[in-house]
Parts: sequence; C-alpha cells; structure tokens
Amino acid sequence: MAVLVYTENWDGKFKKLSYELISYATKLAETLNTSVVALSIGNVDEAELRALGQYGASKVLAAKDGRLGSLENKAFASVIAQAAEKEQATVVVFAHNFTGKAVAPRVAVRLKAGLAAGVAGLPQSTDPFIVPKKAFNGSSFANLKINTPIRVLTLFQNSFGILEKPAEPTIESFEPTLNDSDFATSVKDVNKVTGKILLTDAEIVVSAGRGMKSPENWAPLEQLAETIGAALACSRPVSDEGWRPHEEHVGQTGKVIAPNLYFAVGISGAIQHVAGVSSSKFIVAINKDKDAPIFDTAAYGVIGDAMQVLPALTAAFKEFKASN
Amino acid sequence: MKILVCISNVPDTTTKIRFKDNNSVFDTTGVQWIINPWDELALTRALELKETSGGAIEKVTVATVGLTGAEPTIRKALAIGADDAFRVDSDPVDAYFTAAQLAEVVKKEGYDLVFCGIESSDYNGGAVGGMLSEILGFASISSVSAVNYENGAFTFLREIDGGKETLSGNLPLVAIVQKGIAINPRIPNMRGIMNARSKPLVVIPAASTDNQTQYVNYELPPAKAKCKMVDAENMTELVHLLHTEAKVI
Ligand SMILES: Cc1cc2nc3c(=O)[nH]c(=O)nc-3n(C[C@H](O)[C@H](O)[C@H](O)COP(=O)(O)OP(=O)(O)OC[C@H]3O[C@@H](n4cnc5c(N)ncnc54)[C@H](O)[C@@H]3O)c2cc1C
Repeated sequence: MAVLVYTENWDGKFKKLSYELISYATKLAETLNTSVVALSIGNVDEAELRALGQYGASKVLAAKDGRLGSLENKAFASVIAQAAEKEQATVVVFAHNFTGKAVAPRVAVRLKAGLAAGVAGLPQSTDPFIVPKKAFNGSSFANLKINTPIRVLTLFQNSFGILEKPAEPTIESFEPTLNDSDFATSVKDVNKVTGKILLTDAEIVVSAGRGMKSPENWAPLEQLAETIGAALACSRPVSDEGWRPHEEHVGQTGKVIAPNLYFAVGISGAIQHVAGVSSSKFIVAINKDKDAPIFDTAAYGVIGDAMQVLPALTAAFKEFKASN
Repeated sequence: MKILVCISNVPDTTTKIRFKDNNSVFDTTGVQWIINPWDELALTRALELKETSGGAIEKVTVATVGLTGAEPTIRKALAIGADDAFRVDSDPVDAYFTAAQLAEVVKKEGYDLVFCGIESSDYNGGAVGGMLSEILGFASISSVSAVNYENGAFTFLREIDGGKETLSGNLPLVAIVQKGIAINPRIPNMRGIMNARSKPLVVIPAASTDNQTQYVNYELPPAKAKCKMVDAENMTELVHLLHTEAKVI
C-alpha cells in the first residue's frame, strides 16, 4: 500500500505546491497506516528529489525518459498509473492545476478509481472515504464519497499548507513501458514569459477592473505590484476589451486563485468575479463606490479614486519596506 | 470529418446556491439553466471551424447527458447552429458516468474531434473530457485556448504556467477548452431558433456503469467578518493592518 503523489517540476525545480502535496499525502498516509511515494517525471537532480523527504516522502520514483520532456496527457497518465500499480497505491494525489486537471482524470479511468477534483482538505473519514471539495464556483463545499478501492484526488492549492516531517527517502529510478502510440500530440512551439511572478503561484495579487477606465492607467498598478512582489490580474471585461492579456483574467470563467492577499481595484465584485478569488486569505477592495458588492467579500476596504489611492499605497509600502 | 461538442446543463452563473434536506441536496427551485459557459464557447469555435473548412468538416453535433429538463439547453445549442444533437436520458451522476455515456455516442457515430469545456460551472469537476479521452483511447489536450484548422491539420494553443505552447495532435482527439477559444459565444438568431425545431435531437437510454462517487452533503463557507474600512488618506494605516493584523506583509 502507499499514497502516491505526482510531483511536477518546472525546469527541474519543485515548488511550494509540490511540498504542499507531499505534506497532505503524509498526513493522509498516517491515517491510512501507510507511507508516501513521490513520483517525479523529467530531469530533476538528486538533491532536489531528496528534498521531498523533508515533508515526509519515504520513497521517490524518478522517471527520466527523454520523451517525457513536455506534457503528453496519454503518456503521463500511463507512467503515473504504472507507478500506482507498482506501489499498490490506494490514493493518488495531484495538484488541481493545469497538469493535474489534464492527467488525473485519465489516471482515474486507468486505475478504475473514483476521482475527487478540487479537494479542499483531508478526508473527514477514510472508511468510507469522504473528502471535502470545492463546488459551485467556490460558493460551497461538497463532501464527496468515493466508493472505489483506489481514489484519485486533485488538491486545491493553498488548502492544506506545508508541514515539515523529515524522512530519509530512498530514490529509485523508474522505467515505465511506453509505446509510440502514447505520444499522439507534440509540442511545436513554446512561448514563455520569464522573470514574471506567476499568477497561480503568487502570494500577493494586484487585480484591477473596468474602474481603471483605460489600459493607459495600468502604470500605478504595475508600480504597486513591483513594490510588493505581486502578480497582476484583472476582471473579465478588462481582458475581453483587450486591455490586458487573457492569462490575467480571474473569476469563474478565468483563473481561480488563492493568494494570501488580493487587491481588487476598481472591481465591482460580481458573483462571477468573486468565484475566482474568494479563497484568498485577505481581500483589500479599493473602489470609489461605497456600495460596491466587493466590500461584502473584502476584509479591508478603501473608498476612493484608484488613481489617487494607488500611488499613496505604493508610497506607504515603500516607507514600510525601508523601515523594516 | 465530424466534430462533437459536449454540452453541460448548469445553473445560471448568478444563481444563489442553496441546499435542502439537511444540506444533502442542491436546491434547484427557481434555478435558470444555461449552457455551461465554456461549452458555449467551444460550440461557437466548432461552428467557425466548420464554416471556414471548405467542406472538410461536414458536421458539428452536440451531446448532453441529462433528463428532459436539459432539453431547452440542448435546443439552444441547435439554435446556435449545431447540426444535430444527442441527449442521453439520465441524470449526469458523476464525471465517470457522464464520460462513459458520451463515449458510447462517440463510438457509435465516429467523431474525429471532440470538444469538452475545462469544467462545468456546478460541480467544477473538470474531469469529463479527460475521462472520455481515456475511455476511448484518444489523445487529449487540455487548457486549450485556441484551435485552428489549416492545410488539413489542426493546431492547438495550450496554456501552461507562465506561457503557451502550440501543439499538433493526431486525430481522433479530445480538446478540453477554456477561455480564449472564442471571445463571445454565438447568440441564436430568429432563423436559428426556427430551424432548431426541425433538427434531429435523438434521445438515447443510458448505458449502465459503476457508481464511483456520490455527494454526501454540502457546506456553505463560514460567514465573512465585516469589512474594515480604512481612510483613503491614510494608506500607512492599511499597510500597518496588513502587517500586524492580517500578517500577510
Ligand atoms: C457567464 C459569465 C461568466 C463571467 N465570468 C467572469 C469572470 O470569470 N471574471 C469576471 O471578472 N467577470 C466575469 N463575468 C462578468 C461579471 O458579471 C462582471 O460583469 C464583471 O466582473 C465586472 O467587471 P468589473 O468589476 O471590472 O467592472 P464593473 O462592474 O463595471 O465595475 C467597475 C467598478 O469600478 C469602480 N470604479 C469606477 N471608477 C473608479 C475609480 N476611479 N476608482 C475606483 N473605483 C472605480 C466602480 O464603482 C465599479 O464598482 C462573467 C459574466 C457572465 C455572464
């Protein structure tokens, strides 16, 4: 038996997200009286693999097949399912991110396992297996019972946290069987922005809406974001109008994010917008309309004109940083 | 070549979510049902592709798993421009059940390209497309934000962390699509609505599958504390609160 965790890497490095998955799996494995096996696919060096032990992984499987350099859903699903079978995993844990959402459903079918997507915490019971997951766009939680002997979970980011539990993992090379037919798609071109904080990773997000009036008014937002190390986001009309790229659109039909701190500037707080950000730990709303619904969701509110409030806020942060 | 667009029938995005029977059942009283927003965009793009393919794409079909209550939604998809429709006559019990039903439709009719939305805006499972591809043994590409058809081949733009990838894929293939695939959904016009009445909508019984998961009950998140207002002239105070009270700075 084991809890298997798929730990994704980004150019050979793990992220906080990977450690959160291992922490979650370690806690779950304690309840199930079993241990955690981490599976890594791609080129990751030994020290990086070993670091997964810090959070409780007792074994790390490393699959380094050169054909697995970019995500091919079918091939990745095959590798992960083979690892699950080898380790006789009863639970397989993924992140609820691009890769997890792409691969977990395929793995579930292969293992005849029930899937809980967007899991928000530890199971409330493991026999029967019942886990909380997000539903209805963040407006509620559903407790889902999984009836199958193997379960596949995708864990919603920042819903568990990172816990250290040092272990000395054994590191094992893993060589799954792969056929040419597992590689039915191929990447022709990659276009990556480097050096920017990723919206889905960011601890702080500065987001703005139609209240900014025009794309020329983004400079004060960029200055604030830069001062506090935040990623930029926007409401849907802002991306629909082409003021900002689609990747920055958050909400029900855009990205769902859960930073520690979310600034909503000139955003009214429509239900579809809030659906994407309601899991943020703290929301600060800056809006000139005191009745804007965003104030119902926010922890802190400022009533005022964004173009005046933003420079003052940036200055206050700079002052704070200088004295701390 | 034929395209299938999978359609999920979901509560309108402004629905106030409520539960009944001791929080064990989603209360659908007064709920307006719509085409899942991503599915609507997928259908829009599928029709555009068909129209500009010079006849290479012969047909765009829509399919849903749902009881008669889902019929207006699937009719709307026909009014938007789909050529024909299937409705598998059952509640969409869970993602696996739904995928297994859609797989039967694909096997019977032989579609080359299947579009699914990245998730449905009710249970947010995001699993039907991936499961469908695995059941069928098809290739799949997720987080697709653009699809193009040129010189007899499809290319797909996939969003990844911090960027985009352009992919080619061998058909048959399931594309799991998100925002960007089309900007605005097509709105049915009068002629479309009239035509929809005579387009084929075939109702088929559900195939039996395992019942892998079930919802036990629901919880609403704890009520939020009241918003603390900070004077616009005093941003030092806001920074102070974020540092000492929220402890996020
Ligand atoms: C199916 C569907 C899906 C949707 N999905 C999403 C989604 O994913 N994400 C999303 O964001 N929306 C989504 N929407 C749209 C949503 O309903 C709202 O229309 C949208 O969020 C409003 O964007 P906004 O807050 O930027 O603009 P508005 O609602 O126009 O609000 C602008 C705000 O700025 C304030 N303001 C104006 N001037 C200033 C100033 N100088 N300083 C400070 N404040 C100022 C105003 O008081 C107002 O509150 C969806 C809608 C539908 C129907």
